Amino acid sequence: MAGRGAYELGTPMAFVTPSTTAEKYDVIVVGSGAGGGQAAYTLTMDGAKVLMIEAGRSYDPRMETPMFNTYDQAPLRGAGTPAKPFGYYDATIDGGWSVPNEPYTSASYEPGREFKWWRARMLGGRTNHWGRHALRNGPYDFKPYSRDGLGFDWPIGYEDVAPYYDKVEMLIGVYGNNNGLENTPDSPDGCLLPPPKARIGELFAAKHGKKINLPVIPLHRAVLTRPLDHKTIPAKLHPGNLRAQKIIAADMQNRAQCFWATACGRGCQIRANYQSTTVHLPPALDTGNLDIVANGMVREVTVDDHGKATGVVYFDKTTGMEHRAQARVVVLAASSAETARILLNSKSNRFPQGVGNSTGFVGKYIMDTVGADWGGQVPALENYASYNEDGAGGGHAYVPWWLYQQQQAGKLGFARGYHIEFGSGKGMPGGAPWVPDDGGRTNFGLKMKEDARRYYGSHFGFSGRGEMIPNDDSFCELDPTVKDKWGIPVLRFHWKWSQHEIRQAAHMQRTFADWIEAMGGKNQKAPDPDGTKAIQPGGFIIHEVGGTIMGGSPKNSVVNPAAQTWDVKNLFVADGGVFVSNADKNPTLTIMALAWRTADGILNQMRKGNL
Amino acid sequence: MPPRMDRRLAIKWMLAAGGAAMLARPRLLAGPDGTAAVPAGKGYGTDPDLMKPYKPGDFWPLTLTDAQRRDTAALCDIIIPAEGSHPSASAVGVTDFIDEWASAPYPDNVRDRPVILDGLAWVAAESQKRYGTSFADATAAQRLELCEVMAPEAAKDSDLHAAAKFFRRIRDLTSSGYFSTPPGMRDLGYVGNVPSATFDGPPADLIARLGLTDDVKW
Repeated sequence: MAGRGAYELGTPMAFVTPSTTAEKYDVIVVGSGAGGGQAAYTLTMDGAKVLMIEAGRSYDPRMETPMFNTYDQAPLRGAGTPAKPFGYYDATIDGGWSVPNEPYTSASYEPGREFKWWRARMLGGRTNHWGRHALRNGPYDFKPYSRDGLGFDWPIGYEDVAPYYDKVEMLIGVYGNNNGLENTPDSPDGCLLPPPKARIGELFAAKHGKKINLPVIPLHRAVLTRPLDHKTIPAKLHPGNLRAQKIIAADMQNRAQCFWATACGRGCQIRANYQSTTVHLPPALDTGNLDIVANGMVREVTVDDHGKATGVVYFDKTTGMEHRAQARVVVLAASSAETARILLNSKSNRFPQGVGNSTGFVGKYIMDTVGADWGGQVPALENYASYNEDGAGGGHAYVPWWLYQQQQAGKLGFARGYHIEFGSGKGMPGGAPWVPDDGGRTNFGLKMKEDARRYYGSHFGFSGRGEMIPNDDSFCELDPTVKDKWGIPVLRFHWKWSQHEIRQAAHMQRTFADWIEAMGGKNQKAPDPDGTKAIQPGGFIIHEVGGTIMGGSPKNSVVNPAAQTWDVKNLFVADGGVFVSNADKNPTLTIMALAWRTADGILNQMRKGNL
Repeated sequence: MPPRMDRRLAIKWMLAAGGAAMLARPRLLAGPDGTAAVPAGKGYGTDPDLMKPYKPGDFWPLTLTDAQRRDTAALCDIIIPAEGSHPSASAVGVTDFIDEWASAPYPDNVRDRPVILDGLAWVAAESQKRYGTSFADATAAQRLELCEVMAPEAAKDSDLHAAAKFFRRIRDLTSSGYFSTPPGMRDLGYVGNVPSATFDGPPADLIARLGLTDDVKW
């Protein structure tokens, strides 16, 4: 077992091997990302003995993050390859759209019907490289069906989750501020850190965005713009639990504030941003209550004759050996699709269609975020004098969805909203700077260099990130024939956008093109008028949620409002699988808030002797 | 890649920015079995040591001949010549980078390899034909003249189509290779990648020149 102070530099984070796990744990948590990390944190801080099983290898960002490396120190100048799709220095290891030995399939490979599944097989999962965008869902986002008759309402509301948003923001550290905008919740005092100043391009876009009524406000991102308040926050996070307060107070002091350099996507050695591996797991390990097995590929949840979960079966990927682990409670946080896969593969006489799947909802209603992008160049920003605008390693500003009224009045032709992420400026050049053609000729020589300097920093890139409505044609199931290296049946995905998403994508590009013009720029082409070319493939935004959705009845869902499976009362889901809708807000903060809430529920039920 | 951007945004920005499209582009190559894309046993694998600085040739052998490398270096230095205190492209290792690029096992590289090799062969032959010598040994005026032949856009049915495509590709690779080095970043005007105690935002004179204020509710 890990002891106090175990999280010392150089200490490997996987503390047990399959042969040294305890006989039995209070809780097994499958997965170590946002959901698994938060669940393990909450459970161990309150004294539960937890075994975390992660399918990838151990990973320590303090030792493995290439913070200041320049691209000329990387193979191919850091370019993306199938082995490192977002570039060599992206924090993801053993991950991407394809993972060796771990296939998946699509029922169709036609455009618009294929689903791309990103995985990161490493401790901390996708939290190591994510954009750190930490937006709260608003009240509308939990009751979408009630507003427009589409999709489903959640069985819980914003007020149920708000206290956990507060806690997560205080724990991980989120910059941003309150603007009082519709369905864009304000945080109580003491939750948010001050936003960094806007960069020049962000100020320019904010001013000229007003011409087309875009509210540009500070983004919320999980980056420390100042140290966490270790004197007052711990008592708010863990009232009455002095030991937990002491552990997290100590750990908060070991996280440095941002030093305004290097991209968050590489990870953060100084622990200034949130990754499960730098924020959730260190204090959880310090409790002495957390064991982690890395390289553990979970195949199924085991269930006894009484219909209770007893633990899991997993493969040690380093040896190929099969192992079993036992616990009073099993929490799946393997990522929404992987959690669905584990449930579907957990077949027994009692649950021939898989655990949790008695009413056939496992794998149903998977959703990604709608994505469409645009770029343009703005002459007013040519040749501005350089200043260091690396900033917080990501965006400082964004546009929340601003057309609620028009949408409610039926004026837009699509039912749900999107927010806008955008960037510009003189960031670290990673490729050839844009230059125009030289009168029908490839621009080269001193003219090309002069143009590269002139246009550097004058481009804007925009990304719309919008809500997808769940539909019957977007789901995953077990492939009838394909298995992975360990003989585990793999997922087969089905995907289809509705007109709501496709029209939304067209609206995104139209808005971006208008914004470029509002800034005095020129668009190099016309936006896609109908959206079918603009919309990104399913899964491409890597916000896939659903598949084990939450509901008020087993007739329409896999888990109840406590994220407990209807089939098996000591089996819970703590990742994005429980999402009933996928608001435009990036899902990670909500995954963490729900995981904290679910873990609190488990602790209460354990104390009452119900589990 | 501008570090402030969301990764996908950065990628799209670069796609929109034309010549930069080759770098950091996500690969969508999962075949029906989802694994077809990664060349097994080649490349750097999915878990390379990110902390270690690499140089071309560390992961896969460089394959250009000495003659091809000499011509490549000469091309690079016409595309990005030395300028004042700024070095030329070949002086900061761009020849090695292009050799590495043309020799790598990944799909973009495999696709670019014939463009580069055929282009170098065309340059060598054309130089012999026109000047009776290799491109690298031709005079500065002759080298520039040949680049001017390759620079104009050329229609698909033009004799110069392949040469024009090659020249555009070499220009993009040279630019990527140069501006990603510390001297190239200085040349371009990138002044980041250094830790600071505070982030002070844009300078006041810049804000004023663009008619902006920073008194928005921030």
